[in-house]
Amino acid sequence: MASLDRTARAFLLTELVSGFALTLKYMFKPKVTVNYPHEKGPLGPRFRGEHALRRYPNGEERCIACKLCEAICPAQAITIEAEPRDDGSRRTTRYDIDMTKCIYCGFCQEACPVDAIVEGPNFEFSTETREELMYNKDKLLANGDRWESLIAANLHADAAYR
Amino acid sequence: MPKVKIDGVEIEVPAGITVLQACELAGIEIPRFCYHERLSIAGNCRMCLVEVKPGPPKPQASCALPIADKQEIFTQTPMVKKARNGVMEFLLINHPLDCPICDQGGECDLQDQAMAYGFDRSRFHENKRAVPDKELGPLVKTSMNRCIHCTRCIRFATEVAGVEELGATGRGESMEVTTYVEHALSTELAGNLVDLCPVGALTSKPYAFEARSWELSKTESVDVMDGLGSNIRVDTRGAQVMRVLPRLNDDVNEEWISDKTRHALDGLRHQRLDRPYVRRGGKLAEATWDQAFAAIEAKLKGLAGSKVAAIAGDQCDAESMVALKDLMTALGSPNIDCRQDGAKLDAGPRASYIFNPGVRGIDSADAILLIGSNPRWESPVLNARLRKRYLSGHCAIASVGPAVDHTYPVERLGAGPATLRDLVEGKLGFFEKMKVAKHPLIIVGMGALTRQDGAAVLALARDLAEKVDAIRADWNGFAVLHTAAARVGGLDLGLVPGEGGRDVEGILAGCEKREIELVYLLAADEIDTARLGKAFVVYQGHHGDAGAHRADVILPGAAYTEKPGTYVNTEGRVQLGQRAGYPPGDAREDWAILRALSERLGKTLPYDTLDQVRTRLGAVNKSFSALDQQAAGAWGGFGQEGALSDAPFVSPIANFYMTCPISRASKTMAECMASRAHLMAAE
Repeated sequence: MASLDRTARAFLLTELVSGFALTLKYMFKPKVTVNYPHEKGPLGPRFRGEHALRRYPNGEERCIACKLCEAICPAQAITIEAEPRDDGSRRTTRYDIDMTKCIYCGFCQEACPVDAIVEGPNFEFSTETREELMYNKDKLLANGDRWESLIAANLHADAAYR
Repeated sequence: MPKVKIDGVEIEVPAGITVLQACELAGIEIPRFCYHERLSIAGNCRMCLVEVKPGPPKPQASCALPIADKQEIFTQTPMVKKARNGVMEFLLINHPLDCPICDQGGECDLQDQAMAYGFDRSRFHENKRAVPDKELGPLVKTSMNRCIHCTRCIRFATEVAGVEELGATGRGESMEVTTYVEHALSTELAGNLVDLCPVGALTSKPYAFEARSWELSKTESVDVMDGLGSNIRVDTRGAQVMRVLPRLNDDVNEEWISDKTRHALDGLRHQRLDRPYVRRGGKLAEATWDQAFAAIEAKLKGLAGSKVAAIAGDQCDAESMVALKDLMTALGSPNIDCRQDGAKLDAGPRASYIFNPGVRGIDSADAILLIGSNPRWESPVLNARLRKRYLSGHCAIASVGPAVDHTYPVERLGAGPATLRDLVEGKLGFFEKMKVAKHPLIIVGMGALTRQDGAAVLALARDLAEKVDAIRADWNGFAVLHTAAARVGGLDLGLVPGEGGRDVEGILAGCEKREIELVYLLAADEIDTARLGKAFVVYQGHHGDAGAHRADVILPGAAYTEKPGTYVNTEGRVQLGQRAGYPPGDAREDWAILRALSERLGKTLPYDTLDQVRTRLGAVNKSFSALDQQAAGAWGGFGQEGALSDAPFVSPIANFYMTCPISRASKTMAECMASRAHLMAAE
C-alpha cells in the first residue's frame, strides 16, 4: 500500500502544488522587508547610535567637562581636557571619541549630568578611512546641531521611564 | 588609663583624649568635617554625633567630648544614624548640587559622607542661599556657596600659618568666611587651605578644572624646593605633573607643604632643556649627545686636572653628585664644590652641618635662638613647627638677624655677629635663659654662614652651644637650617675642595684669571655666571636658566620629579624620591649622563645601574644606607675663629617665591610674587 500511496503522490505532484500554494499565500500577505536605504525600519527612543554633543537653546554648549563619561567609558574611548574659559566657567578644550573603540553601551549618556553627550538615532556614519572615525569636539557639536530635534524628542519620550 | 566600651568592645585608651579619638583607636571611623588632628577643636559641624552612656539621652559631638572611665559609646545605633542623617540633610540644604563642575568632586568629604548618610532627594523647596565669592590670592579659588562653615580654614590660618586674616562674619545662615578686606593671605602656606577644606569651597586656582582626582597617577616623592625635604605626592596625568600634595610624615612636614613646593610645578613645563646643545660661533646650536660629548672630550684632551672644576647645584640628587665627584676624581681635579652660596660649612663632623635635634626636636626645645635665619622664607613648614612650639607655651625665642615677622613673637637681640659675641660672652639676658633651659636649640641659618666671616660665626655658634650645655648625650641643640635640598647630601659625599682644590669663590676667581679652563655645572645656577670669564662651561641640568645661558655645552638632565633620587634633608635624613614621569625629549637621568660621559672620556665609572650607584653612595658615607632615619651627628671641632665683620646677617632668600630654576620658570610663582609685592616691600 505504501508503494501505491507514494506513486500516486508522485504522479499527482502534490508536493509541488503545496509548495507553490505557500508561495502564493505569501504573495497576498503584507511584506516585512524594507527597501533600505530608501525605506528604514522603526527606531525606539532609546536607540544608541552615533554620538552627539548638545547645546542649550541659547547656543551655549551643555558639556561642563565633569569627565564622568570619560571615567565610566568601559572602552576608554573618550578623551577630555578642560580648563577655565575666559568667563571662568568650566569647559572642555578637547572632547574626543574614538568611534572605533566605542562599544555603544550608552553609559556615557547615562553618566552625563547635563544631557550633553547623547547617542542619537543616526546609525549611518560609516566612513572610508579610519581617521574619520576619530571624532573631535567640533564634529560632535555639529552632530548635536544636526540631530537636536530628534534627540530632544527621544529624550522627551523616554523621560517618563527614567 | 580609662577603660571604655565602644560598640560593645572594651578598650583601654590614654587619658585626656576625646571620644572621637578613642573610637579611632578602636578602629571605628567617625564621620567628621570640622575636626582635624592638627587644629583646635571647634565642634561645629555636628557630624560626629555618637551616643554616650552615662550622659544625657541625646547624641553628643564626639570630637569635643573628653573620654571618661567606664563610658559606653555607641556609634551604630538607630539614634546615631538618625542624628547623622539629620545633620547631613541640614548641611545639604544650602550646599549647591554642582559636584560635576566642582574640582573637589571625587575627593570630597561631603560627597563621600553623603553616600553613607545622605537622602537621595531634598525636602527643602526654598531657594538655596547665595554667597559672594571671596578673593584669597592667586593660589586659592573660592566658591563660597559650597562652604559648610567647618572653620578649618580659619583655624589653620590663625593657628598654623599664624596670620589672623581669615574669619567669619554673621551667624547662622548669614555666616560667611572672609578675609574682611579681600586680599591675598600673607602666608607661604596658603595651599594647605585647599587640602583642609572638606568641600569644594576652597580649591586650587592654578589647578582649576585641569584634571580629576581619578585620572591621576600618584607617586610618592620628596620635595627639593627647600632644605626641609618635605614628603610629597606627585600626581601626574600622562607625562605631565598636575599637582603636588603633601604626604604625612610627623618627623618632617607633618601634613603641610609650602606654596613653592606645591605650586612651582608649572615651572616644570616651561624653559626645559630637552636636547643637547653645543655653542658654535657664539650661538647655542642643537646637537646630538654624541656631538655634545665630542665637544667636551675635545676640550678636555690634554687638560691638566687642576684646570678643571665642578660645581653641584642646590637641587641635585645624591646619585648624580657622587657620579660627579667620582668623575672629577678620575680626571684628577680637586676643584669641586657643592656650596654655591659660599657657605662656610665643611664636610667635617656631621653635627656641624645638620639640624641635629631633628624637626621633631623643636617640639621639646624650650629656648630657641635663631642666628641669621628667617625660617619663614627659608623653610615655611619648619617655621610653622616653630610656631607650634611657641603656641604650646614655655618657650623663649630670640633671634640675631634680620627683623622680620616670624608669625610668632621673637625677641630680637641684634642684627649681626657683634650681638652674637656678646651673647656668647654672657652679656645678654637671653644667655641665662638658654643656660637654664633643658633643651636649648640654636638654629644657624645660611644668612650667618654665607659671609666672609662665616667660619668665625660658625665657631661662635659652636661656642655658644657648648657654653649653654646644648651638646649632651641626650640632646644636641645645634641646628643648621639649610636652604638647599642638595647641600647636606653634598657635604655627606664630600663635594668640597680636595687637597689644594678651589671652592666656588676660588673657581670663579680662577676662571677670571684663566687658571680654570673647564667648569662643569651640575644644575648650578645660583653662581655669578658673569665671572666664569672665558672658561669652557658644561652645563648639565633641566632648565634654561643662568647656567645654561652661559654654557658652551648643555647636557639635558632630569628634574626632581623625573628621576628616582636620594635626597638628604637639613636634618640629615636620607629620603628617596620616586620617578613620577620621564624627562622631556632627549633628556636623561643625571647620574646616567655622567656615567656615559665618563665612558667617552675613557674613565668609565664603576656602576651601570641605579642599584650600583646607591651601593656606591653607601660606600662613600654610611648614612646613606639607612633610609628615613634621623640622629644627631658626631660632635667635633669645626668653625674657625677669626675677625668678625660688622655687617648684619641677611637672609639669603630675598624672594621666597623664586629661588631655583623651576620656581623662576613658574607662572604661578610670578603671580604670587606680584600679589605679595607690597607685603614683601614692607618686610
